[in-house]
Amino acid sequence: MTAIIDVDRLSFSFGSGVLVQPVLKDVTIAIRQGEIVLITGPSGSGKTTFLTIIGGLRQAFHGSVKVLDQQLVNSDEQVKIKVRQQIGYIFQQHNLLKSLTALQNVSMTLEMGNTLTEQQRLERSAQMLTAVGLGDRLHYKPDQLSAGQRQRVSIARALVGQPKIVLADEPTASLDKQSGYEAVSILKQLAKESQTTILLVTHDYRILDVADRVVELEDGVIKAV
Amino acid sequence: MTLIDWFYFPARLAWRQLVFDRTKLVAAIFGVLFACVLVFMQLGFRDALYASAISTALKLNGDLFLMHKQSEALWRPVKFKRTELMRALGNPAVAGVYPLYLGLAPFKNIETQTKRTLMVYGFDPDSQIFSVETIRDQQAGLKLKDTVLFDEYSRPEFGPLRQLLQAGRNITEINDYKIAIIGLIKLGVSFAADGNVVTSELNFMRIFPKRDRGDIDLGIIKLYPGASIKQTQAELRLRLNEFVHVFTYEELLQYEKNYWANMAPIGFIFGFGTIMGWVVGLVIVYQILFTDIANLRNEFATLKAIGYEQGYFIRVVFASAFFLAVLGFVPGCALSIGLYHLAESQIFMPMPMTLHKVVTVFAFILSMCAMAGFLAIRKLKAADPADMF
Repeated sequence: MTAIIDVDRLSFSFGSGVLVQPVLKDVTIAIRQGEIVLITGPSGSGKTTFLTIIGGLRQAFHGSVKVLDQQLVNSDEQVKIKVRQQIGYIFQQHNLLKSLTALQNVSMTLEMGNTLTEQQRLERSAQMLTAVGLGDRLHYKPDQLSAGQRQRVSIARALVGQPKIVLADEPTASLDKQSGYEAVSILKQLAKESQTTILLVTHDYRILDVADRVVELEDGVIKAV
Repeated sequence: MTLIDWFYFPARLAWRQLVFDRTKLVAAIFGVLFACVLVFMQLGFRDALYASAISTALKLNGDLFLMHKQSEALWRPVKFKRTELMRALGNPAVAGVYPLYLGLAPFKNIETQTKRTLMVYGFDPDSQIFSVETIRDQQAGLKLKDTVLFDEYSRPEFGPLRQLLQAGRNITEINDYKIAIIGLIKLGVSFAADGNVVTSELNFMRIFPKRDRGDIDLGIIKLYPGASIKQTQAELRLRLNEFVHVFTYEELLQYEKNYWANMAPIGFIFGFGTIMGWVVGLVIVYQILFTDIANLRNEFATLKAIGYEQGYFIRVVFASAFFLAVLGFVPGCALSIGLYHLAESQIFMPMPMTLHKVVTVFAFILSMCAMAGFLAIRKLKAADPADMF
């Protein structure tokens, strides 16, 4: 099976001239469909930068990054938007829209494609929220939910569009051990059911066992695969 | 994606975000409402001023009008010789010429004895140069010595003349000269004069003993039926001295209106007030939208990260601006209607709420909110999805 994410000698640096600060150096990695890959490493090792480039949120200039067969290095905005729409994101903070209910937040993902009716969107969002165990919290606003519940809403938001890839950045950072493990387990279970690839950045060693593969990044270089 | 969805989804998000923070929404609505009322009042006063300024001219009944070229407006005329008006009789189309004398004079309130200045019109009672029925009905009475007709649209400071006349108390002084008020007419006050009386030219000379019958303020020309007003106007312009204007009825009204709009600072003042209302509203709406975008930066960046395009957020901001415009305009318009009625009853100025004015002000408010939205969307660039991880 070909790689769904294919990174070849990717280099990235912040700043310019004498202040240039390399973040990623010749990173090469291939991730297959359905794989769950954890990227660990100390802060400042470039994990998050790596994730933002894969997700089409940051522009890279050297090397090659092919995500879903789209070249993201030196790409234009339209290519990146197209890639973003096929990726589910889970952020360190939940980043839910605080004026919307859980249900409305989740269906925001479906409003983009607009292939469904309002009824279908709400049904699918409700199903997804039920799948993450929030079937009884559909009409709660984020500030009426606990931190763990919010993160589960954001998992539902990431998965409801049936993305091929889910990118997660420290999804357990703001959660206690139990709700963190719960959230990641739900993520893993739902992803395995739909053959979704997950790229998860963390330095939470409690959740390493959900991974098919652990990659350690240090000073912009992959240390162990 | 259909056009309806193209706007519906961002508009729905904008609406949900607006109603989420009720306090801020109410503050924003008050901002727009304030601008709306300010603009309505400025336009209302301005139009009332124009309407009342020409209220006397509007009721003149003639085909052509002579006015000295140095006259800025009817209420502050420069006198010219009556013989100049008489020369117009040489034109075969002219049926008759009638002088009008104007003078500002203090009028003694019958009850309180205080004096207040009003405008006195002197004319030949037989001439019918006013298209006001009550004047025509009482023209016989005006021919008597020391009689006047009082304009009941005059400000109440002149006294409750209707009740006083019914009680038989009709003797007072104008310019310290004793006269009798023999009836009421409806003419209309302006910013120039708080009240009006009309009288015969003979009585006018008695009230203003220093005035000369040979020096007139306005000349009114009536033509034979069927005569061409335009042609006669052109002929009179050639024939008469160059120091007089020969106006048609419409030109006279326009001349009066222009005086208030351009010569007097009043047109400018109201225009300036209108612009200030626009600017104040703009700043308020801009502040609201700007802080909204700043506060929601993370949410917008999140939506960008999951694939929403920049255009979506621009539509969200403009939808918010549109909702604020409508939500502020509706109560603002209702309040303005109330204030117009209040102004009509308190300062006796005609302030009708016309559909034209409603549409104008709504367009004004809409442009204000759109401009605010336009300024605020620059802040959207600060929402960078790369910062979300």
